[in-house]
Amino acid sequence: MSKNINLRKGLDINLAGKAELRVENAPMAKSYAVSPLDYENVTPKLLVKVGDKVEAGAALFFDKNNPRILFTSPVSGVVSAINRGEKRKLLNVAVEPDQEQVAKAIKVVDPAKAERSEIVEMLLESGLWTRIVERPYGVIANPDAQPKAIFVSAFDSAPLAPDYNFALASERENIEAGMALLSRLTEGKVHLSARKGAEGFMSEIKGVEYHTFSGKHPVGNVGVQIHHIDRIAKGDIVWTVNIQDVAIIGRMVRTGKFDMSKTIVVAGSEAEKPCYKRIIAGAAVESIIGKVKENVRVISGNALTGRTTAADGYIAADANMITLLPEGNVYELLGWAMPRFHRFSVSRAYFSWLCPKKEYKLDTNLNGGERPFVVTGLYENYLPMDVYVAYLLKACLVKDLDKMENLGLYEVLPEDLALCEFVDPSKIEMQQILRDGINLMIKES
Amino acid sequence: MGLRNIVDKIKPTFSEGGKLGFLHSTFEGFETFLFVPNTTTQRGSHVRDCNDIKRVMIVVVLALIPAMLVGMYNVGYQAGITEIFPAFWFGFLKALPTIIVSYVTGLAIEFAFAQKRKHEINEGFLVTGLLIPLVMPVTVPLWIVALSTAFAVVIGKEVFGGTGMNVFNPALLARAFAFFAYTPQMSGEAVWYADAKTGATALEQLGSTGEMQWSVMDAFIGLIPGSLGETSTAAILLGAVILLFTGVASWRIMLSVFVGGLAFAYLFDAVGMTEYPAYYHLLVGGFAFGAVFMATDPVTSAQTNCGKWIYGFMVGALAILIRVVNPAYPEGMMLSILFMNALAPLIDYFVVERNVARRKKLIKNVK
Repeated sequence: MSKNINLRKGLDINLAGKAELRVENAPMAKSYAVSPLDYENVTPKLLVKVGDKVEAGAALFFDKNNPRILFTSPVSGVVSAINRGEKRKLLNVAVEPDQEQVAKAIKVVDPAKAERSEIVEMLLESGLWTRIVERPYGVIANPDAQPKAIFVSAFDSAPLAPDYNFALASERENIEAGMALLSRLTEGKVHLSARKGAEGFMSEIKGVEYHTFSGKHPVGNVGVQIHHIDRIAKGDIVWTVNIQDVAIIGRMVRTGKFDMSKTIVVAGSEAEKPCYKRIIAGAAVESIIGKVKENVRVISGNALTGRTTAADGYIAADANMITLLPEGNVYELLGWAMPRFHRFSVSRAYFSWLCPKKEYKLDTNLNGGERPFVVTGLYENYLPMDVYVAYLLKACLVKDLDKMENLGLYEVLPEDLALCEFVDPSKIEMQQILRDGINLMIKES
Repeated sequence: MGLRNIVDKIKPTFSEGGKLGFLHSTFEGFETFLFVPNTTTQRGSHVRDCNDIKRVMIVVVLALIPAMLVGMYNVGYQAGITEIFPAFWFGFLKALPTIIVSYVTGLAIEFAFAQKRKHEINEGFLVTGLLIPLVMPVTVPLWIVALSTAFAVVIGKEVFGGTGMNVFNPALLARAFAFFAYTPQMSGEAVWYADAKTGATALEQLGSTGEMQWSVMDAFIGLIPGSLGETSTAAILLGAVILLFTGVASWRIMLSVFVGGLAFAYLFDAVGMTEYPAYYHLLVGGFAFGAVFMATDPVTSAQTNCGKWIYGFMVGALAILIRVVNPAYPEGMMLSILFMNALAPLIDYFVVERNVARRKKLIKNVK
């Protein structure tokens, strides 16, 4: 067992609306949806049309860039809508579920005995392959690639994030099976990282390289963990899988059934009774949180990196939580000159440092106007990686591919810069700049 | 909110296509000054820290105020007024026109550029506009203030693309411009400090005779002739405390400037090139002011933590080197900071290259 890795940089934002440790079963939603927009660099090609009957696990569309990658329906039912946006861009495919759920018979193989290629095929067919993320770039893994290693973070350190020790308490066997399967996909190691002091059963899982981490957010980000375990160099490919998805993959292997149910958390200052919910992936958010009040932002994911979701929208594929925050679309008289006791800042130009334990009810106001890069040395305090954030972002802005590569583009994903973006007084859209840089790199390479 | 209604009512006039649409940026500048905009996050992090550039800049202005107030009092004191309030009032009336001219000239140019480039007004000039009068002798003719402010804003900042892109500290550039273009009015052997009463500054006395006529305590409190803001080391230290506590200025730079300066001052003292205690350097002239408010400008200083140590040390060391070795200019701080402003990107380049080298080394380890 390796020694604990303690990270000193970072920040835990103490948001109001923490979830109670209590699981409610969400009712069956009126519809479920799969969206290509939940993934990066996917060009969808439809396989169904409105009115088609589909089983759970049946493919709805595939990725033109790699036709083996299928996106499958989480439930059985009837394709009720194919929603398109501008220029007929596919937004999502919605499925209205049947009363009786029927899962597609997927040829489930025993990971211990089957060939690697058979395991890959099984994951591709079930659509669970899409849950494997490849770095660099944070895209769906290329089934033909051989990753140097696979990394799984067993905890999420983001604000209000689910406590997986609670959410996955009953999934131990599934996680074990999932990790065993992952170890067949790489010649290298499968790394599992838990939070020190909250290891749960993670330390007892066999066949993995086990690590513990301590520190503040983003310590739970798998990218940060990779940086401290085995950095990504140019030419390396590593895969990462969310621990919740490891359980879903393991469940299919163990039971032989396609089952996309998972336990998510509903939290945030606008959530009426923040708690855990048992849902099926892709559910309409209304089925999970009920009617959404006026002027509330629904976020698929956490407050730093999640996707804004319409009140009549669907939870994103990669989201293990829904955050509900008040919209901050109000003017504040001379706000920048006020003491602002109710607002949070890492800067001691405000007064949050006086009450470190206080829970903040933050809204979505930008709290200022966008400005050029002015402050220095701040961002580095919120990214526990050997990366010069401002230099990397400037390289992205001027589209200098060599510089982007040299300054660490392969090591970070937008989620890793979310805290830097949060603290930035210049209000620079760091996650978007990095994402654009990554997409440019994909296009050019 | 009544005020909000008024702003909303006149807003269309100033929007694109409105009657006064050409004043769009100006209006927006005033509107965001009055109200934090209702813009919400669209992409990326949904919640944001409530700190913004306005707050950062206003903290710096706040930190400058003690030095300014003591400076104003000192102007009266140097003119021979001993009572506190009349002395301050005398200095206030002397300094006010300079401050107004600096702000009006600079902001007018800033607004015009923002308008032309269709971007928001940047708050950087709130600080620069106060720094300029503070680094000038209070009796400098107003047209020189206006001219050097214009030079600093246009040539020092806007030609590089505005706030955040400038290479040199604009306020120092203004001083340098005035210093070299209008030397007789600015310095030479004698700085004007009140009503055409002239006399050598402490720094000049030290440079030529190795002694000064003022006590160490006077120099520390700031009862010596000099530019408006630079004389009171005590008030500057108070500003430093504000800047360091709020984290607005880099403690690495500030500390290393003092370390670099003291190290060289002691060195020169040890080899017998100076005949006064090394710490005098920190009390007289613009050393403390430069170290606290000028060298720490985040845009023009080194941006990497390691670079900041090198940059700061060099600023301090060079300032003392110029003071002691160069006979032409008694004050070295201004030139030293401007010189290091120019070198800062180079320092950062080498620091960042080391980061790149570490990353490239990983590739070899694998293969």
